[in-house]
Order: sequence, then structure tokens, then C-alpha cells
Amino acid sequence: MTDIPTDTGSPAERPAPKGGSLLVTDARTKRRNRAETRFKSYGIAALAVGVAFLVALLWAILSNGLTAFTQTYVQLDVPLLEEKLDKDGDRDPAKIAKVSTFGYKPLIEAALVDLVAREGLDTDIEDKALTKILSDAAAADIRDRVLATPDLIGQTVSFEVLASSRVDGYLKGRVSRESLARDKNLDAAHLDLVDALREAGAIEKRFNWAFITGADASDSRPEQAGIGVAMLGSLFMMLVVLILSLPIGVAASIYLEEFAPQNRLTDLIEVNISNLAAVPSIVFGILGLAVFIQFMHLPQSAPLVGGLVLTLMTLPTIIISTRAALKSVPPSIRNAALGVGASKMQAVTHHVLPLAMPGILTGTILGLAQALGETAPLLLIGMVGYIATNYPDGVAEGFLSPNSAMPAQIYEWAKRADPAFYERAWGGIIVLLVFLLAMNLIAVLLRRRFERRW
Amino acid sequence: MNDMRTMDNAVTNETKITARDVNVHYGTTHAIKGVDVDIADRTVTAFIGPSGCGKSTFLRCLNRMNDTIPGALVTGEIKIDEADIYDPRVDPVQLRAKVGMVFQKPNPFPKSIYDNVAYGPKIHGLAKNKAELDEIVEKALRRGAIWDEVKDRLHAPGTGLSGGQQQRLCIARAVATEPEILLMDEPCSALDPIATAQVEELIDELRQNFSVVIVTHSMQQAARVSQRTAFFHLGNLVEYGETGKIFTNPEDSRTESYISGRIG
Repeated sequence: MTDIPTDTGSPAERPAPKGGSLLVTDARTKRRNRAETRFKSYGIAALAVGVAFLVALLWAILSNGLTAFTQTYVQLDVPLLEEKLDKDGDRDPAKIAKVSTFGYKPLIEAALVDLVAREGLDTDIEDKALTKILSDAAAADIRDRVLATPDLIGQTVSFEVLASSRVDGYLKGRVSRESLARDKNLDAAHLDLVDALREAGAIEKRFNWAFITGADASDSRPEQAGIGVAMLGSLFMMLVVLILSLPIGVAASIYLEEFAPQNRLTDLIEVNISNLAAVPSIVFGILGLAVFIQFMHLPQSAPLVGGLVLTLMTLPTIIISTRAALKSVPPSIRNAALGVGASKMQAVTHHVLPLAMPGILTGTILGLAQALGETAPLLLIGMVGYIATNYPDGVAEGFLSPNSAMPAQIYEWAKRADPAFYERAWGGIIVLLVFLLAMNLIAVLLRRRFERRW
Repeated sequence: MNDMRTMDNAVTNETKITARDVNVHYGTTHAIKGVDVDIADRTVTAFIGPSGCGKSTFLRCLNRMNDTIPGALVTGEIKIDEADIYDPRVDPVQLRAKVGMVFQKPNPFPKSIYDNVAYGPKIHGLAKNKAELDEIVEKALRRGAIWDEVKDRLHAPGTGLSGGQQQRLCIARAVATEPEILLMDEPCSALDPIATAQVEELIDELRQNFSVVIVTHSMQQAARVSQRTAFFHLGNLVEYGETGKIFTNPEDSRTESYISGRIG
């Protein structure tokens, strides 16, 4: 350190620094800084647009769909008259079952008239027209309860029955007196009565478990429709996808990544797997229709077939992500295992695979999530349009009997005429999104949990 | 070159590895050109030479690790204890149990220290029960000169050790399968001087039981740890002999240029 200048004279005496003082930003640097600021602001703007879209989407989904999770019920004390429901009085289930829902309708009507009278409400509506505030499903619900416990006959039992979809819509703000002007189903007078009954506490809005666990209903009863059966259909499909695509995908990836010789054939296979990942899902749908249904004669609309088609669609995704996970395991680990005399298979199963597992599972879950939300292939194998009104009888039937799937059910609701189904469609989207978010969360947790070992 | 303590270390052991006319091709590259060499038992043999001279490639021929590289072709004859290791009847997996290897970068498995060492004995069925396995692990870790440092945390992850400890763990892992030959591919290049000194001391002890072949970039290291040295240049084995002689009185002018720092 002998070259420190000993001359400490005033700076003015020194020759001016070659490129100008560091304390003054030169024009070129300023220009570059401005460019950088501009570039960053483009990025922020792009991000803001993305966030705005997301917020708009979430707002639309929640504002339209949350109402599906509440439902309007009417509290009715129904006299289950023995002479109507069980003439012989011997409580024989076969005989009770012979009474159809038509047998229950007069009882419900009487209960409603009684309710209006008891609350001292004044209305011009005829007795028969009163029941329009109730769902068509009310009689069937009560009948099911009576069939389950015949001892109820002869008593006056308090039931909570579904209000009709117009009444439900009125309480949710979808239906107004003006909109009913051309509606034959309900009059403004009904709404006055509904308001009065609501004051009296006989009509109330409650959380709608039936939407989450229930079955789909016909076009005329949107208030009864639920997504539960379609959820089971999706579950059985996902089981098929998981059971088939995980082992097949992982085995194929391990062979390609660790064992396969590098030649034209494997190159061709690799290129084709990448291409398959980009094939539109409807193509897999028509393939499934041709192969599984028309050629192999598997049942139509069955979750098994849906699962097979979605497996075809998910496999390339799983193979690509598994190969990426295997590639990311450093070769030094393979060398270490081979160096102590492990066979190639031992090196893979003991060391490479466990380290690649988080990546493989993440890829699999994301593939499953993609399959869960897929609708197009289901169009072609008949899972869209099937009215999923019955729960499968067992596990085997769950795979083989016709069913719908969540996205197919949403599509089905969205195309129905009654605006009450529109709310169900949005609600269904919320349920679907909750599942997708849960799956992505599991993927993130798995990755975190296993990556700590590194 | 002031450390010449191995100079008077006469090599009298019998030959363990015999290589005759070994050629290695990687695709169109001729990486090793007709190498003949005899490697003695219970001796440290060093391979030195400039980068890309083929010393690591030749080392990897000795346990057939080159088999795992696509496009590598090895010709010639390499015999260990009179058995040609490139004979079609030889299973490379069995060979690698006999010829252990330590790599340039410490590469412990991301498992516990115990599992790192126990892995080899387990897959080769060297232990009948847990007690025997414990014994093997302890012996290997003692031979790796790391037992005292890790005996209280055998179930801590091996990746949590320092670089020098990791490399000694890898050496312990390599000796746990009771190999006869230990190949070391620049085992100290990723280590600091203190860790290097510990590993070198360990290599000197390992000479009691194994035939050690070490590839090194450092001529000082070769001079310190080996009894015999082979100088590779451009795929040729230029000169091979007792370490003292190579470093003090080389026969070939290329060797002299390299060790005096004029090429390399």
C-alpha cells in the first residue's frame, strides 16, 4: 500500500476524472434507468390486469353462487290422516307405499290453509293455489319420511318442506313482483303471503346441505337440485384416473428416463408424449366413445369410462412431470449408489425415486385437478345430460352405473331454462373450485414436507 | 517439492490390477490411447496430468462406471486378480462391490449418517442382523476417521456435515462393503486445506488394507500420498513409476515440463 497519494491538495488541482464525476448521473445512465423503470411499470401493469381479472372472476362466482348454499324452507304441521294413508290401519309397508304423492297433496294443502288461518292472515288466494308457494318435491319428501317410519301415521307431524323456487328467488332478490307479472306459477298475492309468513317465522332461509349432498332434480324443481351425486361420479372417475395413470405414468417415465437407450425410437416416443399433452381433450373424448363404448361396449355415462378417457388425457401430463422430477435428481446420487455396488434398479428405487417423489406427486395431483375440471370429453361419452338423480347402490355400481360429474353437472344446469338453475351452476362452480384448491394445497404441502430432506 | 517423504518408500507389493492396451472412445473422441499399467496391492497409486488428459476416464474403467455413459466404448484388457473385468460373464454390479469408488464432490445420500454407511452392506447382504450391521457401520466409520465426530449423531442427516466430513463419510461408505480396491476421483478438490490434510492422512491409513488409486490435480498431493505415480497426457500414459523418481528424475521431457509447471 505504497501508492496512496500523499498529496491532499484541493480537488480542483487534480485532473478531472475521465468519465465525469460519479456524483453526477450522466445522460446515458439516466436513459437506462428510465428504461428500467418503464420496464418494471409494464410488469406491474400486467400483474394488475391479471389480479383485476381474478378479482372480477371471484366476485362474479361468489356473488352469483353463494346464494345456492342457502334455501328457503316452510315449517308445516301436516296431519298424517290414517284414513288417507293407511285405510286398513295395519301399517303394512306395502300398502302404505301404494299411496302416491297425489295422496299426500291434499294433506299438505290442508296444512298450509291451517297455517295461514292460524297466523290470522288474510288472503284472496284460493286454497288450491296456495300450494304454489311450496315445492313439488314437498309431497315426495313427506312420503319418504312416512315410508321410513310408518308410526308417524295418525299424528300431526311438523315438517320442514322446500319452498318453490320462485319463493326462494324472492327471498334471495332474484324474483320481484314486477317479474311475476307474466309468470303463471306465482302471483304477487303469493308474495304478500310469503312476507307475512316470514314475519310469523313459518318461512325461513337456512344453510342448504341438500345442495352439497343431494341429487340433481328435474327441470321443474330447481330448488331440490344438488351436486352430491355428481360429486360421487367425479370421485369414482378420479379413483380410476389415479389407480391407472399413476403407476403407468411413473413406470413409463422411469423406463424412459433411466433405462431406455437413446435412439430414434425413444426420441419418437418422447416427441409424441409431448404432442399428446397438447391434444385437445375432446379428441380423447371421441377416442373414448369409439374405443370404450362402441368397440368394447362398456356402459355409457359410466364413471369407469370417464375415468379411462381422463386417464388417457392425464397420462402425458404425469409422464412429463415425473420425468422432470427424475431429471432434477442430481446424477451424483446415482453415481454414489452405483459406486457402492447397487444395481441400476436399486439405485432408482432406493434413491432416485424417493427424491423425485414430491415432484411426481405434485405432477399427479395437478394432473388429477386438470382431469377433475375437464368437461369436453365427458360430452362425448354421455356423462353430460344424464340426470344424476340416484345415488349409486355400491362401489361397483359407482364405477359402472350411469352418473354425471361435477363440471358436467354445472354445464347441465347452466343450459337449463329456469333462472333458478343459474344460481345452482355458479354454486357448483364454487364446490368444484373448493376441490381444486384443496388438491393444489395438498400438492404444495407435499412438496414442502418432502423437500425438507434435501 | 520439499515434501518427499515417500521417496524412499519402496514398492514391493504384488500386482492387483493389470491393464493392457486399454482404449476408450466417447463417440468420435479417442479419450484413452493404448494404456498399459500394473497397479500394486496395498499401495497408493496416483494418476496425475493436465485437465482432459484421460486420468479420470481411465479410473472409471477400473470399476466399469463408464458403462453408464451412453456412447462410451472400452477396448483392451483390464484384469483384477487375473480376472478380466470386461468379460461378458462379469456383472458390473458385483465388480463395483469389490472396487469401491469415492467421487470428486462429496455425494452422501440424503439420508442419515448411519443409513449412508449401512446401505452398501445391506444390499450386498453382509450383515445377518442389526447388531452385525451396527458393527460394520462403526468399523467403516472408524476406518473413515470420522467415528469420533459422528458417533453421537448417527441418525442425523449425512448432508448436514461439513464438506470434509461428508467426503470422509463417503470414504467410510465405500469401505463398508469391504472392497479390495478403492478408486478416488479427485477426492479433495472440493475441500479446504484442513479437510484435505485429514483425508490425505486417511488415504495413507487405508493403504494398509486396500489398493488405492487416486486421481488428483495437485502434484503436491500426489507426492504426499502416493507410492507410485502415473502421468497422463492427451490420453497417453506418458510415464509410470515410483513417485519419488517421477518427481525428482522423470525420464520423459513432458513429465518434467508438467511437474515443473511449464505445461498443464
